[in-house]
Amino acid sequence: MGNYHHPEIETMPREDIEALQSARLVEAVERVYNTVPAYRKKMEALGVEPRHIKGIEDLHLLPFVTKDDLREEYPYGFLGTPLDDVVRIQSTSGTTGRRVVAFYTQADIDLWEDCCARAIVAAGGTKKDVVQVCYGYGLFTGGAGLHGGAHKMGAMTLPMSSGNTDRQLQFMVDLEATIIACTPSYAAYLAESIHERGLRDQIKLKAGIFGAEAWTEEMRHDIEQSLGIKAYDIYGLTELSGPGVSFECEEQAGMHICEDHFIPEIIDPKTGEVLPKGSKGELVFTAITKEAFPLLRYRTKDITQLNYEPCACGRTHVRMHKPMGRSDDMMIVKGVNVFPSQIETVLMNKGYPANYQIIVTRVKTSDNIEVQVEMTPEMFSDSLTEVSKKEKELVGALKSMLGIYCDVKLVAPKSIIRSEGKAQRVIDKRNLY
Amino acid sequence: MNIQQISVFLENRPGAMAAFTKLLQKNNIDLRALSLAETENFGIVRVITDDPMTTVQVLKDGGYICSLTPVIAVAIEDKPGALVDLLDTMGDAGINLEYTYAFLAKKANSACIAFRVTDNEAASRLLAERGIKTLGQEDLPALFE
Repeated sequence: MGNYHHPEIETMPREDIEALQSARLVEAVERVYNTVPAYRKKMEALGVEPRHIKGIEDLHLLPFVTKDDLREEYPYGFLGTPLDDVVRIQSTSGTTGRRVVAFYTQADIDLWEDCCARAIVAAGGTKKDVVQVCYGYGLFTGGAGLHGGAHKMGAMTLPMSSGNTDRQLQFMVDLEATIIACTPSYAAYLAESIHERGLRDQIKLKAGIFGAEAWTEEMRHDIEQSLGIKAYDIYGLTELSGPGVSFECEEQAGMHICEDHFIPEIIDPKTGEVLPKGSKGELVFTAITKEAFPLLRYRTKDITQLNYEPCACGRTHVRMHKPMGRSDDMMIVKGVNVFPSQIETVLMNKGYPANYQIIVTRVKTSDNIEVQVEMTPEMFSDSLTEVSKKEKELVGALKSMLGIYCDVKLVAPKSIIRSEGKAQRVIDKRNLY
Repeated sequence: MNIQQISVFLENRPGAMAAFTKLLQKNNIDLRALSLAETENFGIVRVITDDPMTTVQVLKDGGYICSLTPVIAVAIEDKPGALVDLLDTMGDAGINLEYTYAFLAKKANSACIAFRVTDNEAASRLLAERGIKTLGQEDLPALFE
């Protein structure tokens, strides 16, 4: 039995959780119906009114919200409060360069940070701890979330963001960081640096909270061995606040979803039908307490399974398995969401035909993404400088669109393998699932 | 007066050059000059052949991306100092080279220098003023008999 940040909530009996969810759902549906025209329109199209939703048993009657909906309604279509009440935005990438903007009132920030605080406490954190936050700070929710969570549970927060290894390790040693929060691949990278510099005996880390990208049990084992810590998984998405929607406890057997804020469902991605408890399928969340950006039945496109069995840690909130795949073609590379369609858009804007292939590999601990583009007569000239410049321009355009550097390789025409006339657009050699 | 050089896009990988030259051989195209400029991922092969038009057709049919680039070519004596003299003259005339390569002619005692400049017309004129004749495509066969 570990510590809990919110003991009564985290160990609440199942029937009380469900009663709370039902009460909050009814109130949320009423609120969203009256303040979010884009969602009201969807409900009206199905003939569903707030009075039809009497509890969680009626959740399946409500329409879904998808990333495409958010993209179409960018930026304010799903805003649920007056802008005056909004104190923050965070942002994540959309499918063709249209970003998703999430809005937060102060209450939204508080509930999000509370969830992250629960995660840190579940990882053994207390006021005495020093939490080194190496997720990116800024629009990305990783830094902001864990930073706020560390504040809320009273640890000393080191707002490092990522990068600058020298500084990371200097503070890690000098300020005796005990908990680290970053992406698993960054953790692996830091671990290597620590060993290279012979600092292993000088670090005081006991736990790490890792997320924002897929990582295997094997990677967990490697990080735990390498740093001598216990490595905890954390999950979330910007559309639902950020990290902290679910988190692992000391059992490391699934992530507890903060069910007092987010109601999970598992659906068949093709039919939208809600699947029986324990089935594997697409994870859908209904945010029942968020104000400025309250999404009901948001399709995450992550494939997972829910485990309602009691957990030895004493938490009664349902656990989700690490995501087991995606029901769309999104990838997470270097911690950033990447859709092949974004790459296609860049190529077409630059006047290239969409004959490309994306190859993602992991070299030691970091992701590498290579975009192979078939050469065309229009792109070619006798000048090496000119053609190289075109390659560089593409690198720049892709960086602008995706936020990460891709290697660009111009290849001979018709060299991208086509089977049955269709080119395989994405080759992901990382074996993450 | 220009020579038609054929520039071809090649991937930087083993076998690329072999495949390219095989295609030329299969079509009985006679290579007169060859140079390869590379970057990390790809290269541009520049060739002078006995029949530029056929070469372009053969390459395009073979799935290659290529273009015709007019370059200046000068025949010099194949003896020490000849190249220095030519390049000195060009430097004095203010002609800037983008790239250059040399190749031997079959004709006794002759070597050819091909070079790409920004303005072929101007370069030809400047060289003519200094008594240096630039070669045309039709001058090549005589050098290679």
